[in-house]
Amino acid sequence: MFKYLKQLTSLVAMVAVLFTFTTESMAAKKSKTLKNTQKKGFVRCGVSQGLPGFSNADAAGNWTGVDVDVCRAVAAAVLGDANKVKFTPLSAKERFTALTSGEIDILSRNTTWTLSRDADIGLTFVGVNFYDGQGFMVRKSSGITSTSQFKDGISACTNIGTTTELNMRDFFNSKGISYEPVAFEKADEVVAAYDAGRCDTYTTDKSGLAAQRTKMKNPDEHIVLPETISKEPLGPVVRQGDAVWEDIVRWSLNTMIEAEEYGITSANADMMKTSDNPAIKRLVGAEGELGAAFGLDNDWSLRIIKQVGNYGESYKRNIADTGILPDRGPNQLWTKGGILYVPPAR
Amino acid sequence: MNFKLKDIVPQLITVLAVVLVFGFFTYNAQINMENRGIDFGYGFLSQESSFDVQFSLIEYDGSHSYFRAYLVGLLNTILVSVIGIIIATILGVIVGIARLSPNYLINKFAAFYVEFFRNIPLLLQIFFWYFAALRALPLPQDAEAMFGVFFLTIKGLYVPAFIWQNFNIFFYSIIAAIIAIIVIRAHAKKVQENQGKQIPVFLISIGLIFILPLLSFLIGGVRLSFEVPVLKQLATTSFIYEGGVSLPPELIALTLSLSLYTATFIAECVRAGIQGVGKGQKEAAASIGLTPNQVLKLVIMPQALRIIIPPTTNQYLNLTKNSSLAAAIAYPDLVLVFAGTALMQTGKAIEIVSITMFTYLTLSISISILMNWYNKKIAIQEK
Repeated sequence: MFKYLKQLTSLVAMVAVLFTFTTESMAAKKSKTLKNTQKKGFVRCGVSQGLPGFSNADAAGNWTGVDVDVCRAVAAAVLGDANKVKFTPLSAKERFTALTSGEIDILSRNTTWTLSRDADIGLTFVGVNFYDGQGFMVRKSSGITSTSQFKDGISACTNIGTTTELNMRDFFNSKGISYEPVAFEKADEVVAAYDAGRCDTYTTDKSGLAAQRTKMKNPDEHIVLPETISKEPLGPVVRQGDAVWEDIVRWSLNTMIEAEEYGITSANADMMKTSDNPAIKRLVGAEGELGAAFGLDNDWSLRIIKQVGNYGESYKRNIADTGILPDRGPNQLWTKGGILYVPPAR
Repeated sequence: MNFKLKDIVPQLITVLAVVLVFGFFTYNAQINMENRGIDFGYGFLSQESSFDVQFSLIEYDGSHSYFRAYLVGLLNTILVSVIGIIIATILGVIVGIARLSPNYLINKFAAFYVEFFRNIPLLLQIFFWYFAALRALPLPQDAEAMFGVFFLTIKGLYVPAFIWQNFNIFFYSIIAAIIAIIVIRAHAKKVQENQGKQIPVFLISIGLIFILPLLSFLIGGVRLSFEVPVLKQLATTSFIYEGGVSLPPELIALTLSLSLYTATFIAECVRAGIQGVGKGQKEAAASIGLTPNQVLKLVIMPQALRIIIPPTTNQYLNLTKNSSLAAAIAYPDLVLVFAGTALMQTGKAIEIVSITMFTYLTLSISISILMNWYNKKIAIQEK
């Protein structure tokens, strides 16, 4: 008995010593989340349970998607390796609790930025990585080509715990149409039920419709109606109360978008160090001390661009080339007719 | 009173530990919520919910409060539990008795049913009945009418609605029939105790329950008509039935899977109960000339019930709690509506989860109290 007690005491003492001697960088002291992340050696990231183009795991368990890339960018910035991310698949219902309870540190899960979510439940939205809107999908054979053809008694499949449920009510109420909402917890079940013919229409964000369509038995039998019934700016979310961590996530996303604006890609990032444009030089860490503000080294943004790529590369790889939404629509740079516009990194 | 220190100390330590653990959790939650700017409070219950629910027993839409949404979920949970318990009990008793049947085929079939359904996870069974069986159902426009008026489709079961005239008279006639049956039963019991004569109470009861309501139709002016569901076209290939009553497929799949699953456990309780009654009882009853039906009804069952009720209570509780798996197939029960949508829209995790836990606790304890009361009633009364 005493022998074990002795061993236990020495073990506790050893752990205590280890903790005291762990070196901490300056900003790591300011940000508990950053400190914990560096200690653990991976970024804890909450993603969807499988939405092609945004966050989806392949058979080998490798996650890809534009939402996934935000977490990878943060990992590249703070840990130096874009692969040091632990992904936690979450349902719409679980996502905020997982974040506020500290199970994850970034929620990058096609989440709509709304006032009540931002202000009321202990969350902070750091930006927008996809501008979306809610739409409807129907079977081609139904002959419906516009929401104006919806009639009383229509059944609509969707997810619970989303803004979709609320928008759907606003939409049908304003049109004076009675409808049957059929709300599932998981997206896969929504798709299965709609595909089986349980519902006349499937409603969610248009990007989600396009992505889920690829999962259906016969994608060509379904169309997404042209109407958009809501604004759905999707973006990464962090816990309220850690301003430095919030800034790191925000500027990791901004770096990807600004890199595209200046034509910096994962292929040419190193060569850009000798560019004549000071804005470009700042982005690849050849000028200024931008990383110091977060307590990171000066190559943090270069690592994001080299390891993850710019926003355009991420979009092309995950959404355009997979045939989900080849047209970038509003998610084009402001210089090219879209609405992607981020504050300057300086 | 003679307290000894060694008796009190463990109690005190236990109480202290419980208080400390609860205190720590409360304190921890408080600090963390304060840090993240989350308010605690139940005020949200009176706010407008602004989401709709597919299926509700009371009038509800998004303009009602979150509290009303809670009631909708609670009633849906109770509905599926009550129907499930009734079906599971009937099926369980039949299968349990069938397992003891001397008939080889019936016996083995019952055994196969029990082993098959109780060994497959419930969630899987729910998915099977909902997704696999649902896909096999026809679209509304292809559905064949059953008896000309029922339509089983992928969008649900459509049945005719009853439209009554003078429903109250019909209702009174049923009440009258029930009272008459109770009186006759009491009388029959007295006659049997005093004179040993048996009155065929069962046949008389059946007669009464049919004849009185029938009379209300013939002379009471009660009229019943049916509103048969009619196919309505929404778009080229999308149809629904209008009129009548529609039962959503989610309710049907959930009730079916819960009853089929729980019935296997109840069947085992029933079998154990009957086998727990000594063989001598049956032989003694037979030797005094009781028919096999009377043996079962008068001798075996009253004794077996005492063994059957307590474990069956557990199964009722299980069924009620298992009904929360409804969320997987979109049946709007308490978990889906309140601990799902309402939680998401308000972000009041601690409040909503605590209310939901308390509600399930209350439901379970109510069932427990009811079953314990019944168990006490049928317990051996020492004379």
